[in-house]
Amino acid sequence: MIGRDLLAISDLTAEDLWKILETAEHMQEVGRRDIKKVPTLRGRTIINLFFESSTRTRTSFEIAGKRLSADVVNFSSSGSSLSKDESILDTALTLEAMAPDVVVVRHGVAGVPRRIADALDAPVINAGDGAHEHPTQALLDLFTVYQEKGHLEGLSVAIVGDILNSRVARSNIHAFTKMGAEVRVAAPPTMLPVGVESLGVKPCTSLREAVDGVDVVMVLRIQLERLSGALFPSVREYAATFGLDREKLRYAKDDVIVMHPGPVNRGVELAPDLADHRPSVILEQVRNGVALRMAVLYLIAGRAPAPIAEPKQ
Amino acid sequence: MKRVLIQGGRVLDPQSGRDEVCDVLVEGGKIAAVDREIAAEGCEVIDAGGCWVTPGLIDLHTHLREPGQEYKEDIASGGRSAVAGGFTTVACMANTHPVNDDPSVTDYILDRALHDSPARVFPIAAATQGLKGELMTEMHALVAAGAVAFSDDGKTIMDAGVMRRVLDYAHGVGRPVIVHAEDCTLVGEGVVNEGLVSTRLGLPGNPATAEVIQVARDLHLAELTGCHLHVAHVSTAGAVDLIRAARDRGIFVTAEVTPHHLALTDEATLNFDTNAKMAPPLRSAEDRDACRRGLADGTLDAVATDHAPHAVQEKDVEFTKAPPGIIGFETAIPVVLDLVREGILSPLELIRRMTINPARILHLEYGTLTPGVPADITLIDPEKSWVYDPAKGYSKSRNSPWTGKPMQGRVVSVLVGGEPVYDVERGILTP
Repeated sequence: MIGRDLLAISDLTAEDLWKILETAEHMQEVGRRDIKKVPTLRGRTIINLFFESSTRTRTSFEIAGKRLSADVVNFSSSGSSLSKDESILDTALTLEAMAPDVVVVRHGVAGVPRRIADALDAPVINAGDGAHEHPTQALLDLFTVYQEKGHLEGLSVAIVGDILNSRVARSNIHAFTKMGAEVRVAAPPTMLPVGVESLGVKPCTSLREAVDGVDVVMVLRIQLERLSGALFPSVREYAATFGLDREKLRYAKDDVIVMHPGPVNRGVELAPDLADHRPSVILEQVRNGVALRMAVLYLIAGRAPAPIAEPKQ
Repeated sequence: MKRVLIQGGRVLDPQSGRDEVCDVLVEGGKIAAVDREIAAEGCEVIDAGGCWVTPGLIDLHTHLREPGQEYKEDIASGGRSAVAGGFTTVACMANTHPVNDDPSVTDYILDRALHDSPARVFPIAAATQGLKGELMTEMHALVAAGAVAFSDDGKTIMDAGVMRRVLDYAHGVGRPVIVHAEDCTLVGEGVVNEGLVSTRLGLPGNPATAEVIQVARDLHLAELTGCHLHVAHVSTAGAVDLIRAARDRGIFVTAEVTPHHLALTDEATLNFDTNAKMAPPLRSAEDRDACRRGLADGTLDAVATDHAPHAVQEKDVEFTKAPPGIIGFETAIPVVLDLVREGILSPLELIRRMTINPARILHLEYGTLTPGVPADITLIDPEKSWVYDPAKGYSKSRNSPWTGKPMQGRVVSVLVGGEPVYDVERGILTP
């Protein structure tokens, strides 16, 4: 069963993942109401502790918390005592002294949410740590695919892009393989971590090979600043070889869907028209992110909770 | 003249090859005799029953942090921690503030050691000024002041031309150059071994090849110059193989391995514990096993702790920001005794790699129980069970991956120059 914290998909079982997806379905229903708010977490305090800039994840957590009636406080590193060199643990302990019920942590270095969880009494949700994990992103991706396909086992999923530096890739690899899907990863070898097969995936060095017959293509954002690390020679070459467009997508299944964690570099990893229209489900992912994060907050902060909603008949 | 008789222990003296239960007589601070049933009249007797009696252990790679970083460690606390770990002689690296690249710093370290440290301290001077890898230090003057070797440890001299001149010059001085062999362009931002663990954790990887390439270069430069090259903290199977082959070709190379690279693998970092962050990093099980075989077959000559104290506030930060290294004196013996328990090497061969071998590398007269040499002696109870708590140890720092871990084997008594300096029950016995 999902533990006190949510730090990594690698810590969870398939059963845990199903529990979260089922809860997210209930939460999705709340989001469709006229008044999108339930009293489930009234009186609970959630601190969004973001040491790294983020718009969509922070906003998504904030809306999720507010729809559950929690008090949500945002903390970001700019303009904080972090710029005065306070250590991360001191910052976390200081915030904990204000008795939050959940702390949501985003940090640019792998492992920081775990260190903070070790130090705090409050449960911690990892909102992305370095290139390690981004569990709620993988969960909302899983949820989106499940809603599109009706099942997860036996699906083929291709993840394309900078796998080496991607927490989204790592969490999704764990999530989809745990659910019985086949996962392929594709990138120039400079962007594949050594021994990536050990994560239970098949590495591909061409996009064509990766998308051949797949149900889902997950495109990762290319961080253009990686050019300085010389992982790839130029945007032009990357776009030509690993950028996804309708032509290359022809090799996938007819009902393939295209996903992207955002924000998209249009014309680099994803052709502009593909970003905006089916089979891309990018905005569906964002929409589902709120319901999924409500589910996670409920499962973690709502121990001995009030009912989520009226039981469905 | 004071006479001390160490009675009934298992005497392990690698220099003479002795491994038997017998007595050691100390007279006037020197070893007087090693024999069976030496008469005890007029002697202060130490009962060594059940213990190993070994030459005082020698650690040729340590960081005592003085001058400059006394909040981590100083020569007094480092020296106390050393003897509590059984080390009667330690060599300290040059990356202090200021750097030990000048005879005045060497003098200062020796002066502090004379007054404050129960262990003998031998400074290793920088190979290049300011550890910058550019201009060599005044090696003759540093040796005259008391330096025993040269090293830019912590940094690699990346410029092969500079390294060649350093080796050439040190050859003329007659002292070894100790290398921290990691190609820093390959290490990049790497903070853990590149492999399955780095792939899982998403932490930047440091490939084994970074060490192997650098060792290969330095072995060729040692061959070119004839200088004695000593490779610090070997961590990879590839480096062990290269050193073995180079030794077979007659290249003057020696090498050391740390207890942590012999005991742990990169899996120790799976929980993001910064006390498992080292330079070079903990490697794969295959690398660790190759290091064990290399130690057993003599390719790796010495065990050295690379005792590297860091303050809690420095270690308790983001993994990428934490400085590498751990304290190592007080856990060394129980950790390496596992190799004996697993049958990888005999007690005598283990003690050889912690006494006479490091002594020879640094041209020291210690590390033996030969009559006439200063009576530096360590008593080890190889069975004693205890739990390691760095807060109860003597280092100022507590950065150890063995905190709270059960240990088997402990240093119980230590003499330096015939004087008891440490006893497990009574603690440190001199300043």
